Amino acid sequence: MATSTAGTSTPLVEVRGVSHKYGRAAGTAQVLQDVDLTLQTNEVVGLLGRSGSGKSTLLRSIAGLIHPSEGQVRLVHGDDGGQPSVAMVFQTFALFPWLTVLQNVELGLEAQRVPPDERRTRALAAIDLIGLDGFENAYPKELSGGMRQRVGLARAIVVNPSLLLMDEPFSALDVLTAETLRTDLLDLWLEGRMPIKSILIVTHNIEEAVLMCDRILVFSSNPGRVAAEIRVKLPQPRDRLDPAFRALVDDIYARMTVKTVGAPVPKDGLFPGLGIAMVLPRVSTNALAGLIEEVDAQPFDGKAPLAELADSLQLEVNELLPMAETLQLLRFAELTGPDIKLTPAARRYAQASVDDRKALFKQALLAHVPLAQHIRRILDERGSHDAPARRFRDELEDYMSPDYADETLRTVTHWGRYAEIFAFDEEDDRFSLDDPA
Amino acid sequence: MIATTKPLRARPFSRILRIAPPNLADLIAFLLIAGGIALLMRGAIDVAQPLSQLKVAPVTLDPRYLPGYAILTTLRMFAALAASTIFTLVVATLAARSRRAEQIIVPALDILQSVPILGFLTFTVTFFLRLFPGRLLGAECAAIFAIFTSQAWNMAFSFYQSLRSVPSDLEEVTRGFGLSPMRRFLRLELPFAIPGLVWNAMMSMSGGWFFVVASEAITVGNTTLALPGIGSWLALAIQRQDAVAVAWAVGAMAILILLYDQMFFRPIVAWADRFRFEQTASAERPSSWAYDLFRRTRLLPVVLAPLLGIGRLLMAIGPKAPLQPKPAGAARDPSRVGELLWRTALAALVLGSAWLIVDYVSRTLSWAEAGRAVIDACYTLIRVVVLITLASMAWVPIGVWIGLRPRWAARLQPLAQFLAAFPANVLFPFAVLAIVRWHLSPAIGLSPLMVLGTQWYILFNVIAGASVIPTDMREAASMFGVRGWQWWRTVALPAIFPYYVTGALTASGGSWNAAIVAEAVSWGNRHLEAAGLGSYIADATAAGDYPRVALGVAVMSIFVLAFNRLVWRRLYAYGERRFRLA
Repeated sequence: MATSTAGTSTPLVEVRGVSHKYGRAAGTAQVLQDVDLTLQTNEVVGLLGRSGSGKSTLLRSIAGLIHPSEGQVRLVHGDDGGQPSVAMVFQTFALFPWLTVLQNVELGLEAQRVPPDERRTRALAAIDLIGLDGFENAYPKELSGGMRQRVGLARAIVVNPSLLLMDEPFSALDVLTAETLRTDLLDLWLEGRMPIKSILIVTHNIEEAVLMCDRILVFSSNPGRVAAEIRVKLPQPRDRLDPAFRALVDDIYARMTVKTVGAPVPKDGLFPGLGIAMVLPRVSTNALAGLIEEVDAQPFDGKAPLAELADSLQLEVNELLPMAETLQLLRFAELTGPDIKLTPAARRYAQASVDDRKALFKQALLAHVPLAQHIRRILDERGSHDAPARRFRDELEDYMSPDYADETLRTVTHWGRYAEIFAFDEEDDRFSLDDPA
Repeated sequence: MIATTKPLRARPFSRILRIAPPNLADLIAFLLIAGGIALLMRGAIDVAQPLSQLKVAPVTLDPRYLPGYAILTTLRMFAALAASTIFTLVVATLAARSRRAEQIIVPALDILQSVPILGFLTFTVTFFLRLFPGRLLGAECAAIFAIFTSQAWNMAFSFYQSLRSVPSDLEEVTRGFGLSPMRRFLRLELPFAIPGLVWNAMMSMSGGWFFVVASEAITVGNTTLALPGIGSWLALAIQRQDAVAVAWAVGAMAILILLYDQMFFRPIVAWADRFRFEQTASAERPSSWAYDLFRRTRLLPVVLAPLLGIGRLLMAIGPKAPLQPKPAGAARDPSRVGELLWRTALAALVLGSAWLIVDYVSRTLSWAEAGRAVIDACYTLIRVVVLITLASMAWVPIGVWIGLRPRWAARLQPLAQFLAAFPANVLFPFAVLAIVRWHLSPAIGLSPLMVLGTQWYILFNVIAGASVIPTDMREAASMFGVRGWQWWRTVALPAIFPYYVTGALTASGGSWNAAIVAEAVSWGNRHLEAAGLGSYIADATAAGDYPRVALGVAVMSIFVLAFNRLVWRRLYAYGERRFRLA
């Protein structure tokens, strides 16, 4: 840890007992629950977790953009007495399309009433540092994605923040561009050429976190909590092929699925609650079939390390884990530590014809997804064999926020249609047993 | 204002002052600007004249005076546009920033958009004449206000919607850097809203020509006003049965609209393109020779300097950015007591106005009168429905045909927009001549006049819809041999549906308004009338019968609103859900 040993560490930001809820009435979504976190100077901290685990909410609380429902975020004054400040880099870049690169970078300085001459000098210096010289008068729409994110970075560091917040800064970029940008950022940081004291980065990419961070906080979801804290003691620059690096990545995969080991139906993580109160993620049956085929085939032959699978399928953890856990829910796979292992049913599925696949899926769905069971039973009981979707949505909203209820119902609709358990008419918003044929 | 900071920065002030030989672009631009200022001053002197001036120098049908009249008409248009823009910036911003203002302003705008503006002339003329007794200014204000009421609502509505849909990440950037509210407005909200505002201003101007013609010469009871302008020229030509003079007015109008399009709106559209919120540069960008010309001038920065100064000054208002931004949400939670007071005040206001209306109506109008107005409204409704159907049957196939041929579309789209902007009431006298000559029934013969000006909205929206049908969809259809009625049913009609509904909604709203001038027309001393709500309002206006005008306007508003809510909105939502090509 070149940086941590070079400078002394003092607290920069203290987060104490932060909880946050969206919505006011009952059935609100608790995004963050009782989060404690201290950011030291001279460290890069990664927040890792699946979608909806409240990482971005925590980031925005520290940025002062959101007022958490409970708890405190305190920026600690440095020894020099200077007021600490934060700046943020966005996943979507968040550039103003009608301002040039230079004007975009000057935005924060302008707001601070920095005189025009100084503003110009500082902005040009930041543009130079980030490697954007020559593009000062270009408009964002003329730039490639990588160049745009460089503008976002220059705009953030030009205001001399003590803390740089990054919200999935590389996830909108292609693999090559993201890698270049990561390396450049790490070089600037390790050489101490940026005026920042600490970096907090939200990511879905485990390798990215291990590559960049001194400390990784793994978040669990529903509600968002710090599930694990991992110190990365590998020396910089880090090598992705280094066995120690691979071991750490595997370890993190294992930790992110650890809750589900041994429990037949996971009580936490993706599918909290039991019965119909389970939140189902939007995973397409095609993706599930693809995943089963991939694990079933060589070289994995039914058992694959998640990290390797993520690499070969080019998936990030927030995409892969919901798929893997859905397979586990349907008893098509078991998640054991860092590995995913197909059950015999799944291996039969991989070799089956289209109709047999549907039959297998139907069996699994009716046996292990209570909501699918519930809808089918209601439809069977009614003489007309149809029911408004509204009714099930209302039922779900007793247990979860309207957004989750909507997503869950969409997912079960998609799965149910594929398995031919029921039909759905979007126009009338009704389920039925109608067979279009 | 904001975006033009670039040329100034790129060129220090000292370099602008350095004497360089002015280029041709400078000269042309200077002449245009100086001419504009001269016109403004002339117009201002005219306005200050006492009302008796109108009697001393009445409108004369001499073509030599026509350019002058055209200029005065145009000035009224621009005065109204300026007023609408200021109204938009203030009212829409207020609605977007304050939840309480929003509760009143948004529904009010929604209703005002569908109210027949011509019906208001009666009240506004009286009001403004009393406000400036004996001055020409009163009559001018009444005319300008009439145009304003035809422009402001949709501009404000669009601006409000833009403000509410500012991308959240950009909003977070401005909060994160602690931009002051004014700075946030000038840097983020205004630029983001400009493309929508410019487009709506253009549509408003198109509608405005119709009202400027209708409002320059107006008779309310025994007061007759004839402000110098094309509208009054036309009114006089009709009174004197002078077909040649009417033709002159048509020609002048055509030239006027062409000029304002080329010299004013095209440059603005070309300029506003930079504010379009898109991350990739689009292939086709609007171009304008006038804009290019102005941009090449060395004078432009000097002329714009005061505007930029105002922008800077406004930005300097407000405190310096704090290092920790203020979180949102906390500030928007209203206090209980305040909320209760607000609700009480609102309820009192609503009850009060309801009582006023009931009181006024019960003292002045009978149920029989209301019944008559409703029956007349039904006649007009039938006309609108039949004519919009006929216009759709004619223009949808033609629009699709044009839209699928990019070269034709490029040539004919501006023509359709020109026709939509052309005030159809200038053409009415010819229709009246025809009806009189061939002894047609006014009830039927006058009906087409209602859609004369508004049918073009259907045409150019359908062209726009057809021209964006994806090539792969058309290729797939032709490869599988889809043609004839099946092609219309599965390819063309679903693809243009959302566009068609937009066009038909605008056309039907406009037709209701046009009914007020189209159902009662004159040629000299001959007066033609078709039974309907339009002629009901027109008669009541001519008689100065305020209660009946109010009743007619109210009934028409209810019909238009109900029609919009029950038919068009539903069709629109359906089209958005089912047929929008993502």
